[in-house]
Amino acid sequence: MVAPDARETVDAVYRTESRRVLATLIRLLGDFDLAEEALHDAFAAAVERWPRDGVPANPRAWLVSAGRFKAIDGLRRRARFDASLVQLAERLDTETGDAVPDDQEGVDDDQLRLIFTCCHPALPPDAQTALTLREVCGLTTEEIARAFLAQAPTIAQRIVRAKAKIRDARIPYEVPTRADLPGRLDTVLQVIYLVFNEGYSASSGPSLTRHDVSAEAIRLGRLLVGLLPEPEAVGLLALMLLQESRRAARSSTAGELILIDEQDRSLWNPELVSEGAALVERALLSRRFGPYTLQAAIAAVHAEAESAAATDWAQIVALYDVLCRADPSPVVELNRAVAVAMRDGPAAGLTLIDAILARGDLTEYHLAHSARADLCRRLGLTAQARASYERALRLTRQEPERRFLERRLETCRDPS
Amino acid sequence: MRYLCLIYSDESQWSTMPKADQDKWLAEYGAFSEGIKRSGHYVGSERLEPASAATVVRQRNGKVSVTDGPFIETKETLGGFFMITARDLNEAIQLASKIPGARHGSVEVRPVMEVRGGGT
Repeated sequence: MVAPDARETVDAVYRTESRRVLATLIRLLGDFDLAEEALHDAFAAAVERWPRDGVPANPRAWLVSAGRFKAIDGLRRRARFDASLVQLAERLDTETGDAVPDDQEGVDDDQLRLIFTCCHPALPPDAQTALTLREVCGLTTEEIARAFLAQAPTIAQRIVRAKAKIRDARIPYEVPTRADLPGRLDTVLQVIYLVFNEGYSASSGPSLTRHDVSAEAIRLGRLLVGLLPEPEAVGLLALMLLQESRRAARSSTAGELILIDEQDRSLWNPELVSEGAALVERALLSRRFGPYTLQAAIAAVHAEAESAAATDWAQIVALYDVLCRADPSPVVELNRAVAVAMRDGPAAGLTLIDAILARGDLTEYHLAHSARADLCRRLGLTAQARASYERALRLTRQEPERRFLERRLETCRDPS
Repeated sequence: MRYLCLIYSDESQWSTMPKADQDKWLAEYGAFSEGIKRSGHYVGSERLEPASAATVVRQRNGKVSVTDGPFIETKETLGGFFMITARDLNEAIQLASKIPGARHGSVEVRPVMEVRGGGT
């Protein structure tokens, strides 16, 4: 009579459905903390009841109903001490009875509401990422702290403050209107890309990559594309997949950094490359693409080249030209200069980089100096190369990058 | 819910503006106020004298100190405010973005603390 695997089913449902149930409960209860408590109670009830009564036909709807019921019940009990809760409990009881979605569209809407609320531009950026990883991805505070090399209490405080602001400033739980969507989507994409980069290229510390954070960002990217297939969301997912495809090749077994032109291309993940390339195609065809799609297109040109020498540098420069117009920044200009150096030779690239630095841009950016050093080295300007490598070394905070620059500096030792 | 929209701007911009532009600017503020009065979002608004007319008062240990201020050396100073009523922050942001001052200076949107425990 007792289903032996009911407990396992609860665990499996928790993994696949808990974030969706939470997203709907936040809408129904209008409060993050109340919803989290209700989610916990709903799963506790499932652990107790499913082995006895069997797994319900629609576990998600069952959990939402149970969570809502538990929340109203809890409010009523607490109402004996706080009269104001009576009204809230009554209102939830009468208003939300029919609001439990059992269709996919309703569930998708709630998940989008949760994403856009966690990434609301009125929240500080570090709170946006922490809240998104906590509420949308279900990571624990400790896991988020580890990913961002922060202390757990710091992350916990960010999340508490963000929830307080959502409540006090009344940030609504809704998907933005069509007019507001482009700007609001930008913030969501920024948050996802920030999480990805935190995992892909840890900004400081001994390890070059923190794989699980990147995987989480890709999961978020897939979720977003599934819910809202806007071209730039597709472009961002493509960009992340193409960068991820090179993970195994971008550092040696000893943890040393390997640049793209020296990577063993047989280590690139072909499934990720072809999935990423197909998504780039899809985003480009929309004709409403932006910076993420363009960066992904550049990554796709690299991915499709047999070797560094066989790379279509003219195509890459052309894409950077479009990117410079769509999203002008000194960093994009720097990348374009490096591509120009590959197309037209190091001297052409050096002129462009020196112009950027002479303007006063990127003077504190280690990659500008290491790129300059590399071009000088190829031109045989050893003394200049050395000076730029040394400058880059002083600016980098990342261990593998430091070791890479030291090795390069070694090759520029005075021959005399 | 009420939100106080504090308008910060560079005062020197105003004082160096030709008369015709000042009139146009005031007309834009008039039109904005009229618009949110008609739509029922208006609660109140005032324009302030320049920060050079401001005085800062403190009381410490029973002793009152009066100084000129504000002290902070920022380019943008508080020049006026609108008190609005809006459904939520998104609506408040949408309304605040139409305040003419948002185009040159900045508008800080602050929720008014509502008395808690009074129902919803």
